[in-house]
Amino acid sequence: MAEAEESPGDPGTASPRPLFAGLSDISISQDIPVEGEITIPMRSRIREFDSSTLNESVRNTIMRDLKAVGKKFMHVLYPRKSNTLLRDWDLWGPLILCVTLALMLQRDSADSEKDGGPQFAEVFVIVWFGAVTITLNSKLLGGNISFFQSLCVLGYCILPLTVAMLICRLVLLADPGPVNFMVRLFVVIVMFAWSIVASTAFLADSQPPNRRALAVYPVFLFYFVISWMILTFTPQ
Amino acid sequence: MAAVDDLQFEEFGNAATSLTANPDATTVNIEDPGETPKHQPGSPRGSGREEDDELLGNDDSDKTELLAGQKKSSPFWTFEYYQTFFDVDTYQVFDRIKGSLLPIPGKNFVRLYIRSNPDLYGPFWICATLVFAIAISGNLSNFLIHLGEKTYHYVPEFRKVSIAATIIYAYAWLVPLALWGFLMWRNSKVMNIVSYSFLEIVCVYGYSLFIYIPTAILWIIPQKAVRWILVMIALGISGSLLAMTFWPAVREDNRRVALATIATIVLLHMLLSVGCLAYFFDAPEMDHLPTTTATPNQTVAAAKSS
Repeated sequence: MAEAEESPGDPGTASPRPLFAGLSDISISQDIPVEGEITIPMRSRIREFDSSTLNESVRNTIMRDLKAVGKKFMHVLYPRKSNTLLRDWDLWGPLILCVTLALMLQRDSADSEKDGGPQFAEVFVIVWFGAVTITLNSKLLGGNISFFQSLCVLGYCILPLTVAMLICRLVLLADPGPVNFMVRLFVVIVMFAWSIVASTAFLADSQPPNRRALAVYPVFLFYFVISWMILTFTPQ
Repeated sequence: MAAVDDLQFEEFGNAATSLTANPDATTVNIEDPGETPKHQPGSPRGSGREEDDELLGNDDSDKTELLAGQKKSSPFWTFEYYQTFFDVDTYQVFDRIKGSLLPIPGKNFVRLYIRSNPDLYGPFWICATLVFAIAISGNLSNFLIHLGEKTYHYVPEFRKVSIAATIIYAYAWLVPLALWGFLMWRNSKVMNIVSYSFLEIVCVYGYSLFIYIPTAILWIIPQKAVRWILVMIALGISGSLLAMTFWPAVREDNRRVALATIATIVLLHMLLSVGCLAYFFDAPEMDHLPTTTATPNQTVAAAKSS
């Protein structure tokens, strides 16, 4: 640049000087610093996002997941048309519910192995294989819900039936008799209807309208079988 | 010097306008390839048409054959291949179930309901429902029969669910496989007019099991006569459905082979229903008077409290 300024502004010169002529003479010495720091005004917040889930305490991680699970429980208990269950699906809730249900439903090992209630593994397999089968069925019929979203919804909607199991176990501590049975029957029927309503509210929209009944019937069968297992549970 | 005009791009525009401009120009007409088979004379296909007529129905057999060929074109490892087996609507499933409940001698179940579109939804879920219906009804029936007894302790009998599932699903899938193999073998010996694909046979068997769902629920009634009447009714309906479906497939054959096939089909069906009744449902005791004097009070008290 200095050279260009030095040359007289004389358009009539025979040989025009090329621009940047002396640039090749410049050498970068070590004294000129070429490094620095790029600072962004919101520096502190970006730092927080960077190491947010890796460096936080275990308690924070667990509480965050538990809160997500709890929020979905609330959505199941008060089914409204919302996308929370579908959008942020997770399988922690179904796992917790399934394990709780299977633990409560299993028969004692002291029971006769010949005939009795289901084992832990049988309940577990029924719940998970049933959910997978229903999901495959709804996808094969042309539904546009993803595999894990459907598993998530079906698993979370077991919550009312788990509550029914807890209530039944408490009621069974009282003396047995027909009144006992009637109370349990009523509770199981109400919770069964609640499960169906909750899962249909989430799942029915994802099916084409002329096949909705075909996709909902297996859900009905699934929850019916689980309700039957809860109702016929007899403690030793 | 090179004529720039020669190198200009010419707009040919519409065929109609160019024809009006230049009526003598030659034109090329590309036919729809789907129409060309119709132009063939009827005689080479004549002999084949009678055989295919029953197979494909009285519709335009060319078109249905083309369409049938185009339908299942996905390779078997893709998801879309299996979606073609679930391509049914709610009303279609209901129609097929209604058709299985009312077998009319003139109508062939497969031809009327399934020929366009065999599905796996019906057989699978009817079998699943039947498994749980039999297991639950059996459990309820046993509970009601032994209700007054002092020594009876109710157990849910969960193991019977897996046994019921094995029996029902084996029947609904292995028997059609065996029947299909047998029909294929006979077809290689005797030219039969009607032949069914494996899926269609599975479909017929699946929908024919539907009648057993209300039958199983009604089997809770602890009366022997009622149960056997129900067995007869259910066997009559579903057995006749199967017999009327498979008779056209074997009637060209040797008379004895045909009759033996139909008899075997009905016999297996009867074995299934009687076996389920015997295994899952305890025999109801007759309402005898109790032998000891102490028990009437207890049974009366139990009856009053329940």
